[in-house]
Order: sequence, then C-alpha cells, then structure tokens
Amino acid sequence: MMDAGAARPTRVFRIETADRLSRTSAIIACIVLLMLVLLPVFAGRTLIQDLIFLFYMLALAQCWNLLAGYAGLISVGQQAFVGLGGYVLFALTLIGGANPLLAIPVAGIVSAALALPTALIVFRLRGAYFAIGTWVVAEVYRLVFAQVKALGGGTGTSLSPSVTSSVPGIEWIKTALDVRTPAARDIASYWLALALMAGTLAFVYLVLRSRRGLALGAIRDREAAAASLGVDIDRIKLAVYVATAAMTGMVGALIYLQKARISPDAAFSVLDWTAYVLFIVVIGGIGTIEGPVIGAIIFYLMQRYLADFGAWYLILLGTLGILVMLFAPRGLWGLVSERYDLTLFPTRRRLVVNEDRSQG
Amino acid sequence: MTGFLDAIIQGILLGGLYALFATGLSLMFGVMRLVNLAHGDLIVLAAFAIFVVAERLGLDPFVAVLLAAPILFAIGFALQHVLLNRALGRDLLPPLLVTFGLSIIIQNGLLQMFSADSRRLRSGAIETASISLGGDIAVGVVPLLTLASAIAVIVLLNIIFYRTAIGRAFRATSDDLDVAQLMGIDVNRTFAIAMGIAFVVIAIAALYLGLRANFDPTIGPARLLYAFEAVIIGGLGSFWGTLAGGIVLGLAQTIGARIDPEWQILSGHLAFLVVLAIRPRGLFPRAVD
Amino acid sequence: MPLLRTQKLTAFYGDFQALYGIDTSLEASETIAIIGANGAGKSTFLKAIAGLIEGPADSVLLDGLPIGAKRAADIVRLGVALVPEGRRLFPSLTVEENLLIGGHSRKLAAPWTLDRVYALFPVLKERRSSAAPLLSGGQQQMAAIGRALMSNPRVLLCDEISLGLAPIVIADIYAALPQIKAEGTSVVLVEQDIVQAMKAADRVYCFQEGRVSLEGRPRALSRDQIHRAYFG
Repeated sequence: MMDAGAARPTRVFRIETADRLSRTSAIIACIVLLMLVLLPVFAGRTLIQDLIFLFYMLALAQCWNLLAGYAGLISVGQQAFVGLGGYVLFALTLIGGANPLLAIPVAGIVSAALALPTALIVFRLRGAYFAIGTWVVAEVYRLVFAQVKALGGGTGTSLSPSVTSSVPGIEWIKTALDVRTPAARDIASYWLALALMAGTLAFVYLVLRSRRGLALGAIRDREAAAASLGVDIDRIKLAVYVATAAMTGMVGALIYLQKARISPDAAFSVLDWTAYVLFIVVIGGIGTIEGPVIGAIIFYLMQRYLADFGAWYLILLGTLGILVMLFAPRGLWGLVSERYDLTLFPTRRRLVVNEDRSQG
Repeated sequence: MTGFLDAIIQGILLGGLYALFATGLSLMFGVMRLVNLAHGDLIVLAAFAIFVVAERLGLDPFVAVLLAAPILFAIGFALQHVLLNRALGRDLLPPLLVTFGLSIIIQNGLLQMFSADSRRLRSGAIETASISLGGDIAVGVVPLLTLASAIAVIVLLNIIFYRTAIGRAFRATSDDLDVAQLMGIDVNRTFAIAMGIAFVVIAIAALYLGLRANFDPTIGPARLLYAFEAVIIGGLGSFWGTLAGGIVLGLAQTIGARIDPEWQILSGHLAFLVVLAIRPRGLFPRAVD
Repeated sequence: MPLLRTQKLTAFYGDFQALYGIDTSLEASETIAIIGANGAGKSTFLKAIAGLIEGPADSVLLDGLPIGAKRAADIVRLGVALVPEGRRLFPSLTVEENLLIGGHSRKLAAPWTLDRVYALFPVLKERRSSAAPLLSGGQQQMAAIGRALMSNPRVLLCDEISLGLAPIVIADIYAALPQIKAEGTSVVLVEQDIVQAMKAADRVYCFQEGRVSLEGRPRALSRDQIHRAYFG
C-alpha cells in the first residue's frame, strides 16, 4: 500500500483570524461609529432616547454573551450588578456629592469588588444551579438596598436636576447644538451610552481574539478537555465574571443616571435586566459578537411597536425565545452565517492552506 | 423563651410548605437533570387551577385539588413530552432558557386571565383553627397539615422510587440515559411520567400555598428561589434531605422575622448562602454529582 | 434467511465515518465473533445494530424486517440486546434491580427469569442486594450479561466482555455461553482476545478501519491471514 502522506503535495499552513471581508467590516464599523457620534446634530430627542436604550441593552447583552456564550457561566442574576451600579451612582452623587461622570467608573470598581466574594459562593454551584444561585444573590442585594433608608428604602429615590445637569459638557452641548437643558442631558447620556456600548463591544472582541479567548472557546466546547490541556478554568471564569460585573455595573450606573429615579424593585428586576438580555442574546445568536447586535435591534423594534400590548407582548417574547432555542439554537445570526458562511467580527482562527504543488 | 420556642415550631411548620415547593423541583432534577426556572410559576398556576375548580363547582379546595391533580398530571406529562424533552441534552442553556420563557409566559398569561388581584383558597373554619400546645403556643391546623402532607408526599415518592418498576426506570434513566434505552425504557415517556408526578406534587404545594396566604400571578419566582434553596441546603439526591432543607429555610425565615419583620426573606437567603459557603454539597448530600 | 443481517452498514460520529459498508449475516443459534484492532469499528458496529447510532432503515435487517432506523428502546423489544462495553451497570440500583430492569420491556416470561440467571451465575444471587458498583469486575460483567438476557433476546450482542478481567474469570464467563446458546439465542461477540473469540465462535469477521477485511470459519483461517486482516 502507498503511503498516503508522501503522495500529497506539501502544504503551507497559515492561521488567520481576519479576512478581507472583516477588514471591510472594520472600516464600516468605524464609519458607523462616527455617524453615531455625530447623530445628535441632526436627530430629534425621541430617537436619541430610543438609541440610549438600544445601546445599554446591547452593552448588557454583550456582557451576558461573554459570560454565558463563551465562559459557560449561565447567570440569571446580572441584575445584581445593574442595580448595584445604579445605587452606587445615587449614593455617590446624592450623599457624597460626587460628579456623575466620576461615579460611573467607581460603580464599575465597586461591582467588580463585590463580584469577587459573590463568585466565591456561587461558583460552588454547578451548571444550572449556578444560574439560580446568582438570582438569589441578586435578591439579597435588592433586599439589602431596600433597608438603606438614606437611599429611600423600599420606595427608592430620585436624582435632583442639579445632579443630572452636572455632567460636564452639558453647557457646551447647549451652546454648540443650541438645545435646552433636558435635551442636552439626553445627548450627554447618549454619548456616554455609545461610548460604553462601543467599549464593551471592543472589549469582548479583543478578549475573544486574545490567547485567553482561545481558552474560553475551549471551556465552552468541553470543560474537562480544556482542563486536561492545562487551561486554568476557574481563574479564567472568575476573571470573566468579575470583568463583566464591572461593565454591567457601569452600564447600570448610566441607566439610572438617565432614568434619574431608582427603586430596589426596578433596579434589581430580573425581567428588565436579565430576561430581556437573555432573549436578545438567544434570539440574535449566542456565542457570536454579531448575534446580540441583531437581537438588540429586534428587541428594540418589538419594544417600540409591541410594548403597548403589555402582557401579550411578554408572552410573545417568551414564545419567540423558546422557539428560537428549540429550532434555531444558534439564533438568527447563526442561520445567516451558516447559509452565507459570513463573519463580520472574526474571533475564530481559521486554518488557511496554501497547496504548493511544485514541491510534490 | 416561649417566644423563641414558638418561633422554632412555626419555623418547622413553614418548612413543611417549603419542602412541598422543593420536592417537585428535587424530583425533576433527580430524574431528568432538569432545573426548572418556571417551578414557582407552575405552583401559582396550579393554585389558580384549584381556585377555578373550587369556585366554579362550589367545592372545598381539598376536594378541588383531587379534581385538579389528574388534570395537572396530564398537563405535566404533555409539557414534558411536547416541549421539555426537546430542550434536554448535553447543553445546559436550552432547558434553562425554555423554562425561563415558560415562566414569563405563565406569569403574563395568568395576569391576562385573572388580573393582578390577590386571591385566596377558602376552606371555612379549618383555615383559622388551631391547637393549643399549652403556654402561649398554638399551632394552626393548616400549617400542621402542610407539614404532614410534605411527609406523606415524601414517603409516597420513596415508595414509587424504590418499590416500583417505574421508580426503577426513573433511577436507571437518571444514572445512564443510553443504557436505559438499551433496556427498552422509553426515555421520553419516562420523563413525561416523572413530570406528571411532579405536577401532582405541585398541586399539593399549591393547595397549601393558597390556603395559608394570598397569591397573585407575580409571586412565582420567589417560590422558585425558596424551593431551590431548600433543595441545595438539604443536599441533592434525597427527598428527606429536601425536607430538612425546607425546615432549615423555614426556621431561618421565622427567626429572622422575629428580629425584624422586614428581614424574613433576607435571613432565609443568607442562611442559604452560609450553608453554601461552609457545606457546598448541602447538609445531607447523597448524589455523587 | 439469516436471523440478522447488515448490508452496506455505515456509521458516522459527526463528520467522522467509522464504518464503510459492512455486510454481515448471523444465522439462528449461531455465534459469530468480530475481531480487529482498536478503532476498527467493532463497538460502533454493535452500537449501530442496537440503535444507539442512527442509520438508514434497510442497513440492518432482523428476520428480513428493516430495523436500522429504529430507536434503541424499540430494538430491544424486537429481541436484540446489547451488553455494553465497560458493563455500565446502573450504579444506584442493586444487582437484582439491574437484572429486573433488563426485563423492563419484555413480553414473554420465558426462557430467562431471575432464577435462571441466578442459576447461570450463582454469585449474583449471593450479592443480589448489593449496590452494583460494589461488585468485582467479573461479577459486574456477569450482571451485565444477565441484565441483557432478562429481555429474552434472540440476538445477544456482547461488547468486549473479557476486557480487564483475569483469565480465570474470563473462562468462567465464557463457560456460560453454551447455556445461552442452548436457549436458541444467537450471539455476536466483539473481542480483542482472539483466542477466546476463535474458540467460542462458529464464524469470525475481522474488521480493519471500518471495513470487513476477512471472514471465515475459525479453523479454516491461518495465523498469517488473520495477522494481515488485522494490520493490513
């Protein structure tokens, strides 16, 4: 019998993560970003407010996607960090008199700091039990903040206009774009939300393209196998958990700066900050960067046109989530990318084979 | 001192209710490794089912539950067969997401049908009847019945699991799905029967939920958390452990409430986290996973 | 007509093809052995027959009936039982419960009953109330065979029943085969232990990389032929 290996031409291998299409999409992404930055010059206030909502939901979705879709940590308790971030902002500005812009990064730091001890406990729960464990922790946060009388206890409290207007740059926006204070506040929030969303997206993208990102893929695919290859699973999972907590906390701070009113039930709502986020990721396509973007846009459209139907809207959303999970588990983006073999944000390494027949 | 003793007794009795919540969850995990995020909402759904049967037919809830139980068995069987079996597999996300979606559908479906008003199951004098234990301590008949029912349910489930052919099939399927099929066990049907039985347990839990306090469509998730905490505190794999977990949770909540009524739920959660921190496998672990 | 027949049987694990068109036949009351190197596709072959790997309906015929697309639970009801590799007793069941669950779906009470399995492997009766994991390897293998017999199979598929056992224990287990055949049961043995397989089997198939490389009666085959069929 012939030696099959020797008969083949020599092959030259290259490992690539980006191809020409994705270089194009990087350029397009920059153009889109620039347009979004300049949008307040032309757009009305409603659109700006809608986009703030879209941006922070997308940022939350990317965080959850990194957590569940890559690190395999299926949390239904991320509302803990949204609420925590919001409350940190309220505490710093109302009680501490700090500037809201400063309070946002501090909210991220506090969230990360509290995520560490939280992880020590909930990481003892495996798989699906981890999910409910994170939910219990979020409930603990909610009940504890309901006891803090200085922040309004169970009924919550509001930010005074003097606080919401103290974001640096609002005066500049007022004169530069010739708008009133409330509109200028929205525009400032818009830019903050855009920055956080773009930052989250970039962070997730860079993490996934790094060496650690490779390890994450290994964890998702098979935990035991990854461990046997020397991937320190627990440390990577912990790092992802803490990092997403920090980002979720910052987004939470921004959300409640924009809302200007906080209460424990709203800030730690499992429906608003986890269920919606989960559906966004799953409907769009978990484990991809593109999926949550699509999911967030779909969710925004549904929210905008169907939310008036109240309970029926939520029933529809739940049904849609179930159907996608059962019949298209890779989400809408999965369907598209399968059909057209398309990747806009390549995070997987591709093996490129150059067959060199001359040396056969 | 009497106050403290009273808290202990009331806590144990409350634990009976939590054990009933938890037993269904424990059964689902034990047989099909399903962690059901809609569990609390299913209990509330069952409470509404009993409520409707009792109202429409003018029956006592204790009779209504007998009528509702077979209906709920059928719903559970169908739910597992049509929906949940498709979601189960090596991947954890589908069952979690599907039951999460179900939770939202049930909550909002109930809101749509019954509004957000509070309801209660009415059973006449028994609701307020109590037995004096001397001193200032008295125990309510309904809480006592709750605990007795929890114990009866667990005894019955143990008989089913360890003395019957279907119970053997439950344990075999939970041990090794592939080999169970080689024995001719129809896994989908076995899971559906297990879910049917879990729904009967849910019906019993719902009866006492509705007799002891008001309920409305939104209270499901909190019940899920109590049930889950009881299961984990007790340790996976044994129904008696689940009962013990329910009682620990009931005690923590009752004692917390004596210190400050606002701390009732919080002290239950904290007790759970403390147990998790010092005995991650629960107080009475049995299962090997 | 043969009792069991595979024709152009293929099997895949995802994108990996493990079997490339296997043609075999098994007569009533016959014992055949499947031998071959590791990874030749022997276990896959048994799994495909038992319904653990799906394939086209007419790639496996039982009594002329296409069963290739049926599920494992239905195939055992039709009379094909598998003793899986590594025994795989149910750890949370006792020995007796393991045997009883083997009879979970059977329609006839005969020929195999709890008492007859205990007569075949007396040590199982002594340990009937033990949890399965407490048994020795040989006892576990006996229980796994007994469990499969409890379904009263017409075809018994045995996957590596000598694996990891001491020679004396292997001899004990192989000593039970004639009694099983005496009930009219056909047996397919997948074996690494060629000597045992050649002694017990009426016919032998040798697999190599997912294909049949040799077939014949044990006495008609030379060492050299087998060696070549094994390693190519």
